[in-house]
Amino acid sequence: MSAVVSAQNLGLTFKTNDGDVVALSDVNLTIEKGEFVSFIGPSGCGKTTFLRTIADLEQPTSGTLTINGQTPGDARKDRAYGYVFQAPALYPWRTIEKNIALPLEIMGYSQSQQAERIKRTMDLVNLSGFEKKYPWQLSGGMQQRASIARALAFDADLLLMDEPFGALDEIVRDHLNSELLKLWEATKKTICFVTHSIPEAVYLSTKIVVMSPRPGRVTDVIESNLPRERPLDIRETPEFLAIAARVRDGLRAGHSYDGDHV
Amino acid sequence: MSQLQIFLALVAGGLSAAAFALSVVTPFEQALLLKAFLALGFLSLIRFFIPLGLWADGAFALLGAVALLTSLGIFDPTPAFFWMALVAAWLFAWLFVERLSKALAPKLGDNAGLGLLIPVVFGAALLVIWEVVTRGANVPPVLLPAPSMIGAQLANSASILWADFVQTFIKSVLPGYAIGCLSGLVVAILVDRSPFLKAGLLPIGNFMSALPIIGIAPIMVMWFGFDWQSKAAVVVAMTFFPMLVNTVAGLNASSSIERDLMRTYAAGYWQTLMKLRLPAAGPFIFNALKINSTLALIGAIVAEFFGTPIVGMGFRISTGVGRLAIDLVWAEIAVAAVAGSVFYGVIALIERGVTFWHPSVRGGRA
Repeated sequence: MSAVVSAQNLGLTFKTNDGDVVALSDVNLTIEKGEFVSFIGPSGCGKTTFLRTIADLEQPTSGTLTINGQTPGDARKDRAYGYVFQAPALYPWRTIEKNIALPLEIMGYSQSQQAERIKRTMDLVNLSGFEKKYPWQLSGGMQQRASIARALAFDADLLLMDEPFGALDEIVRDHLNSELLKLWEATKKTICFVTHSIPEAVYLSTKIVVMSPRPGRVTDVIESNLPRERPLDIRETPEFLAIAARVRDGLRAGHSYDGDHV
Repeated sequence: MSQLQIFLALVAGGLSAAAFALSVVTPFEQALLLKAFLALGFLSLIRFFIPLGLWADGAFALLGAVALLTSLGIFDPTPAFFWMALVAAWLFAWLFVERLSKALAPKLGDNAGLGLLIPVVFGAALLVIWEVVTRGANVPPVLLPAPSMIGAQLANSASILWADFVQTFIKSVLPGYAIGCLSGLVVAILVDRSPFLKAGLLPIGNFMSALPIIGIAPIMVMWFGFDWQSKAAVVVAMTFFPMLVNTVAGLNASSSIERDLMRTYAAGYWQTLMKLRLPAAGPFIFNALKINSTLALIGAIVAEFFGTPIVGMGFRISTGVGRLAIDLVWAEIAVAAVAGSVFYGVIALIERGVTFWHPSVRGGRA
């Protein structure tokens, strides 16, 4: 069984004071090893909730979800994934290298293993030389790269990224996107990436999951035929634009289904 | 010069001139230094034609202080020009500090010594005024002794003051503070762990912290005896609740995203506590430590009013007032003020070292 993530009829309903909110409804999805999967959709479509459910930060209320054939809870206890949040969430009392060491300390790596992994992951995200800096001494883009290094440090095969570059400006974002592709190529990890930017999703992914809100559900799954080697100017090619158009159609379809578009 | 500086310079110079005119009726050889100061103060008005440096104002203020202190007791009754000279000297000191703080403002950030200069000048001016007013106006020492009397008493009674300091600060305040803060911290962690305690103990804690704890001092004397143990018990009761309430708030200070991160690592409760929640609670804990450092001293001193062996700062203050030994009371108050400030200062210094990362300490944005 090579599926890293497998969801069948997955549903999640939040109970709130204003009644039930259906965050996910009847989601069926399989993610194979080594894929780069983007989740795209308007806010409220459940893309972040789905990612958090994979991470066992939310509990599904119906259907089944397995990570490497295990329940999400067991997968979390096995440290099966690294999670990159919307905000860097670096601890301000720790230096960058100590922040990257945080999961390694918790998981009981020896001092020499910690040092070796810190050096390797900091090289990987191009942060060498900033080991002794504190997070608040770095720019937002560098902070987010440090948080990616932290998620990579313990070698989980699955990387979950929740709009990691959402708060950054376009120039920094382009740069980090192409670095992320190189990193994916180098590490052969499976990546789940939440975004609300169509070009970002098309540029990065081998598979794009289009979602729509109320209730949160999958409206389209698009397999990308773009080559794995992707320079930034691939975004001007007809193939790229065709996929982007299909994503846009999928997003629009999801909206008209709801009947609330203008 | 700013408008305030012009005004100060004008009034100081004018007052010196008027006082000098009044002083010439006295015999020439009386209080020569004071007259010299007044004459120079009069001459300082030339600053409106030739600018004077700020150190000149400092020199005027210093000369005025020395002249006033040395001419105390020469005149009886104290003449009007003497008080005018006091006001003029004070205005020169004010002008000096005003110009100094303007001149130093850009350099203050990187030099702590310069930052100390202004409060030192300010405090010295206050002491000189206190000394001159109490002695010049013959204020009864029972109402307010002169600083020189208090200083002399400090030197004469050093052994008594030291014994009182040991009894009150070393034996009551420090153990009480340590036990109160530590137990507050531990109970806060228990409260945070257990929903039962959070629902039951925390409201009682909030209620208790609103009580005037010092009222339990007589009961503590009955329970723990006259010696330092009962004072330490009052200090424990006073410091426990601020630490409890602050730490419980601090343990919830970490953001949900920071806690989710720990969950994705499958971190245990203690790992999350030690690596995230306690460090994040640091600013709150130090806040309680600073509040408690002053509360503890107040608690120990006031508790001694209710029964104590014949030593201790509170004992000395209450009996000193009864014996009209007011200078000893003031000396004791001075010791308490210095001890309290140093205690607070040490905690604040440790805080700067430990919570260096917090925006309020590093002076940056969050």
